[in-house]
Parts: sequence; C-alpha cells; structure tokens
Amino acid sequence: MYTLELKRASQMFLLLLAFVAAAVIPANAQIAVKANEIWTMAGNPIINGVVLIKDGKIEAVGPAASVRIPTGYRVINAQIVTPGLIDAHTVVGLNGYLNQPHDQMALDGGASIQPELRATDAYNAQERLVEWLREFGVTTIHTGHQPSALVSGQTMIAKTWGKNVDEATIVPTAMIAVTLGDSANAGAGKSPGTRAKQVAMLRAELIKAQENAKKSDAPKDLKTVAWASVINRQVPLLVTADRAQDIVTAIRIAREFNIRIVLDSAAEGHMVVNEIKSSGFPVIVHATMARAGGQTENLSMENAYILRAAGIPVALQSGYEGYVPKTRVVLFEAAMAAANRRLLPREAMAMITIDAARILGIDKRVGSLEKGKDADLAMYDGDPFEWTSHCIGTIINGRVVSEVIR
Amino acid sequence: MRKLFLLLFFAGLFAFNISAQQRPTAFINARIIPISGPVIEQGILLVRDGKIVAVGDARTVRLAADVVVIDAAGKVIMPGLVDTHSHIGDGSGADASGPIQPDVRLMDGLNVRSSSLQRAQSGGLTTVNVMPGSGHLDSGQTLYIKLRDSAVKVDDLFILDKAGKYMGGIKFANGTNSLRAGGGAFPGTRAKSAALVRDQLIKAQEYRDKVKKAGNDASKLPPRDLAMEALVEVLDQKRMVHFHTHRHDDIMTALRLQKEFGFRLVLQHVSEAWKVADEIARAKVPASIIFIDSPGGKLETMDIDFKNGAALEKAGALTGFHTDDGITDSRWFLRSAGLAVRAGMSREKALYAVTMANAIMLDLQDRVGSLEPGKDADFILLSGDPLSVYTQVLETWVEGKKVFDRSDPKDYLLQVGGVGATNDRVQHLDCFDGDLGGWN
Repeated sequence: MYTLELKRASQMFLLLLAFVAAAVIPANAQIAVKANEIWTMAGNPIINGVVLIKDGKIEAVGPAASVRIPTGYRVINAQIVTPGLIDAHTVVGLNGYLNQPHDQMALDGGASIQPELRATDAYNAQERLVEWLREFGVTTIHTGHQPSALVSGQTMIAKTWGKNVDEATIVPTAMIAVTLGDSANAGAGKSPGTRAKQVAMLRAELIKAQENAKKSDAPKDLKTVAWASVINRQVPLLVTADRAQDIVTAIRIAREFNIRIVLDSAAEGHMVVNEIKSSGFPVIVHATMARAGGQTENLSMENAYILRAAGIPVALQSGYEGYVPKTRVVLFEAAMAAANRRLLPREAMAMITIDAARILGIDKRVGSLEKGKDADLAMYDGDPFEWTSHCIGTIINGRVVSEVIR
Repeated sequence: MRKLFLLLFFAGLFAFNISAQQRPTAFINARIIPISGPVIEQGILLVRDGKIVAVGDARTVRLAADVVVIDAAGKVIMPGLVDTHSHIGDGSGADASGPIQPDVRLMDGLNVRSSSLQRAQSGGLTTVNVMPGSGHLDSGQTLYIKLRDSAVKVDDLFILDKAGKYMGGIKFANGTNSLRAGGGAFPGTRAKSAALVRDQLIKAQEYRDKVKKAGNDASKLPPRDLAMEALVEVLDQKRMVHFHTHRHDDIMTALRLQKEFGFRLVLQHVSEAWKVADEIARAKVPASIIFIDSPGGKLETMDIDFKNGAALEKAGALTGFHTDDGITDSRWFLRSAGLAVRAGMSREKALYAVTMANAIMLDLQDRVGSLEPGKDADFILLSGDPLSVYTQVLETWVEGKKVFDRSDPKDYLLQVGGVGATNDRVQHLDCFDGDLGGWN
C-alpha cells in the first residue's frame, strides 16, 4: 500500500517535472524534425527521415534508420519538410499591409536616381506581412526599394524573424534596384521620359563611376560610393524589365560596363530566351499569378519553366503589389508554376529554395537542408503545393517561429 | 459566283450546327459532381439542344443509337462555375459626377470582344455577374451574362428572364472606397454614406407612391426618372442589391439598410464575415466572399481571412465565392474552393459556393449551378479533383456548346498566357451563329 502510494507520488512528480521542463525549454532548444518526406533540395528526397537541429544549425539529415535522435531533443512530426522558403524579390517590410502613405516606404518620389537609399533604414521587422509570410514557411526574403523609378534604391536580404532590422538582416546591401520601361518614366515634364533617356541617364552614372574608379581622390558621398560598388562588381543591379526590348537593353548595358545584373520580372523573357541564356545572367521571374496587362501583357505561367528548361538560373518572386493582395506568397506562386504539369514539384520548389539562394549568393547558408547550414525549415501536413495542405510550422535559425496552421 | 459560294459555305455550316445540336451527346465514364446530389463515380451526362437531359450512372443507362458518345473516363465533370462578382469585359459604371447613379447600366459599356471574357471561360466560368466599380455608394446596374462564344453585341451574352428582359442587379458599396476627403457630392464619413443611400431610397418610395397614385392618369405621373425607376425595382424586390462591404460594422450597416427598406441583398466581399457570421446567418442574407493571398492592401481588409468560408458555413449562412476579376483572376476561381477547404470549410460547401450558391444569389437556381435534367448544359471537364492545384480545366461548355478546349492551341494560350493572350478577340467565322456583326 505504502509502496504503491510512493510509486504514484513519484509518477506525479515525474509528470510534474516533465511538465515544468516542457514549459521552460526555450524555443531554440535542440530539435529533431521527423517527416515522411524530407525535400532536402540537395539530392533526392529522403523518405521517412530526420533533420537534427543543434544551436541554430542543421546537425544531421538522413533516413530515420541511420540518424539517432539524442535524448532531450524536442521531436516535431510532419508529413513533408522542405528548406525554409526564399522569396527572391519582394518589398515586404518596406511596404506595409495597411497601404497607407505612412507604411509605404519602398519608393521615394523625390528623384529618379537614388542608389544611396538603404533598405535597412526602412525595414520594419515587425510588419504584419513579414509574419504572414513566415507562417507559410517563408524564412528568407530579398526585399527593398520597389520597381517604378529608374534607380529606386538598395535591396537587402533578411530572415523573417527578429524584433528589429539588425536581428533580421543577413545581407544589408544585396542589390540596387533599377527599372527599365514605361514604369521607370518620371512623369510629365521630368526626366526620364523615354526609354532612350533612361539608358542615357544610367550610362552617364556608370561612366562617372568608371572615371571615379581610376581616381585616388574620388568623392566619398553616398551616391558615388553606391555606384562604385556597382562598377567594381561588388553589388549587382536588380533590373526590373518586362518588355523583351528592355531585357535586351539591360544585358547590353551590363556588357558595356562589365557590371553584374540580375534580371527581374522579365514577363517577355520567354521571347528572348537565347539572349538571356548567352548573357549568363539569372532571372527572378515575376509571380506566376501576376496580372497580365500593359508591359506584362504577354506574360506566361510557363515563363519560369521555359527559361529554366533553357538552362538559365531562375527563381520565383512574390513581387511588388500596389493594392490587393499587398503581397503574394511564393509558396502559392511556385504551386501554380508546378500546376501546369510541365515543371515537376521539386523543380518548382527549387525556384523558391536552393536556386533562389544561389542567385542571391546566400546558398552557403540557406536554401537546402544540409549539415552545417542554417536550421531554416518549413513543415507541411501534405504536398506543400496543394491548396488544401497546410504549413504547420516554421523554424528559423533553429527556433520554432511559427506553429500556426496555415 | 463568289456570293453563291459564300452562301453554300454558310448553309453548310448552318446545317452542321443544327445536326450537331439535335443529336444528343453523352459524356460517359467521368466522375460527375452534380452538386445537387452525391458524386457519381462512373457517371453519364446526357445533353441535347443546350439542355441537360439526364445525369446518372453510366453502367445502368442504355443509350439510343443516335447519341454521340464522348468517353470522359478519368475526368471530372461538374457544373460550369458561377461568379457573383466580376469586372471582366472592360465594363464601366457611374462617373465622377455623384455617389449614387442607379440609372447607369454596365450593359452599355461592356466590350464583348475583351479577351478577359475568354480567359474566364478557360477558368471554367460559364455565368457571371459583371459589376460596375465600388468607388460609389451606388455605381449602377449590374449585368448577368453567359460566357457564350463569339458574341458581337452585348445582347448575345444576356440571360433573359421570363418576361424576356435581360437580368442584372444593382451595385451598392459602403466603407472606404466611396469616401472622398474633399467633400462635395461624395460622402466623407460612414454615417454620411448611409444617410445618402437612405435619402435616395426614401425618394424612391415617394416616387413609387406618386406613380401608384397616378394610376391610369398620365397627367399625374411624375417626370420619368430612370434612377428612381431602378431604385423602385430595388424596393419592389425585383432587383438584387449586390452590396460591396468589408468591415464588420459596414456589414451590419448593409444588413440594417436591408431591414429598413426590405430590398433583396447579397453581401459582397464580406472580408470580416468571420466576426459577424452569426448575424449574417440570422438575417438570412447570403454572403459572397473572396480569397486574397494576404491581408490588407487597404484598411478595411486588414482582417480578411481564409476562414470566412468555414465561419459562414458553421453559422449556416448561404455562402458563395467570387473572383472580383481583376482582383483575382477568373482562371483560378477553383483555387478559392481549395483555400476555403484549407481553412476548414467542407468540400461539399466549398464546391457549392462556386456553383449553386451563386446561382441562387443571381436568381438563376432553376437554370444553372448544378447538373440536373432541364437545366442549361453548362458544365466543365476537369483533369482531376477540382480542389487540387494540379487539376486543369480541360473543357468548358455553355448551353451545349464547347467554348473552351485546352487541347486547342488558341485556347491553351488564353489559359496559360503568352504572346497575344491578352489581345481582344477578332471575330472569326467558325462560331458563326447567324449574325455576321463586325465581320463584314
């Protein structure tokens, strides 16, 4: 009788201990994620696998039979696990979801050429849309100044976690945003007002930068420094160009000045595949569900597929949205790219994970589930692309940052 | 000689059309989702002269010798989709002269050759309520259309009521879209918005009384007023009010006005439906909701949520979905049903919400929205489960005629995009149906 009571008491105590322990284990404790399929994006998916996470990094990835889960690890179960998703181009964090003047910070209308504007000075890490993307498994965003001025400012790369910009940022200056075509015109009576003028203005800046590069006493103002980073190939231009003619212009300018560019949006990319391919430049293709009209009248849901099939590095983006929806979700855009059945789901997934990481130059850290990389994971209860599946959790830097069922 | 040749050519086409229409066509072995009843795993859909003749189990039906049989094994057939709220066809409504313009008819501004109509066909839509915008408290009369092929004039898309008149509702809106900070004729606050609508409806009551009082005495009739006539139709419950409304308080205002004036009401958008789902259900007012990829974009949609469908279903409100095309693209309308289920709505109600529920909201429940004998032969062939991302709309049929075929490169272009996909349609002959219109 006595022993039984003692047993009960000790059981109660253990239970209590377990309860307390569960409550005090921090969110970034060691974690083991078990899944029916692990899409590592580095080789074939692992069936019935485990991802071990330790101190914010991936400790091990492999089949459950060969990866032993150490004691004390929090175990999370999912149907499918992928690397945390990467949105290769957005304006989220600079532009907020309210869409009121006070939360739209991705475009300063004061001048057409402002490469010195830093995205980090405007990024709101606590913006609702950052949280929204995080809940769908998006862990890294390339965000910044929006298209629609000739040179609107800089872009940055951030994790979708962190109380402030410093905690979130992984690359403070990623690219400088350039737009070519109708939308880059400054408005009646202002320059640029034509395509030729846009290029003339860009060329003037780049020639100045070339000359400054030869001087030992070049000016130290922010604009000059920004252009210097372009001409010395440190920072690429992110050139938003939808018309075939504007895409070709971007390539021509890049060759003329031996600068690095990343082609952006490229609605008519499928019309100039050879030109893009021979340029060697990657393309961050517009959202699959982007609206067709004006400069994007010829966009195709198969654009990303066509460019990728030609061997061009391709990533997908949520893009800039001026109204509703205030942001798209790359998970859905990749889903729609796979929907047409010409891209395999894994290829579509690559465009929002490892291929995006490579184009952004961050593939050593993120984009695939491999030992030593940042522990950024997205977890689903079914095929990630199915409309009826859910993202059931997101891990960033080894920390469970979302357990909302989306 | 040339004339004779043309005549013979047309005669041939005409004869072909007639024979094709008069021979019944059976789609067999498809998985059929009739909406009005349980799913039929190996079904048959028999259509003739633009109407559905029979829906049933393929294994128990014996077909007459003259039936054209199309084997649709492996495919899914469901009713053509019905959209309660769209802006396809480059239509327009009220102008900037005032906030309430019930006399303006979208019908007078619809471009029947707009490629947006064909893109909608490629998404499986067959019936659409095309609306003027929401920048007004009342931006005018809406138009219910069938997405028939090769229309040359708006009449070719009409849906006629029993009296032979084209059908449509009227668009109301509250919330922020119709507010103007500058004052003038437009409201500056929500209370003013409601007051202006109330004023006009009271005026319409008075107008109606005058007309009634005049009886047969033409001299006593008030001067004819088309705006008042449209609002009298609203008061008489002859014209459905499609009320753009987002925030919970705006939704309640729409319900309050409805109670006050007794008009028939469909709530449109209803972004915060999840906050007032019980109130909507209790008012017995249907709600047509939209699925947007992220919250916000404007203040009144900060709290929009995929769970609206589930919340309205739970509350027992009649729930439909709409595209609001170009806000969301008609080609992906079925995605709305997928996202609704993602957030907890039942499969059955989600599919009902893109078909039958919307038919009811447009007073077309006896003609479209389900696969039942006697209804219009409006249906779609899908490559698989309607809720799956990997499913394609393969064919769209309106009144027994195929208006979209994914295997046709021209139609494929419309569905997927590419060079020329958004060009407005050039009239072509292969759909000749008795009116040369702009072709000659």
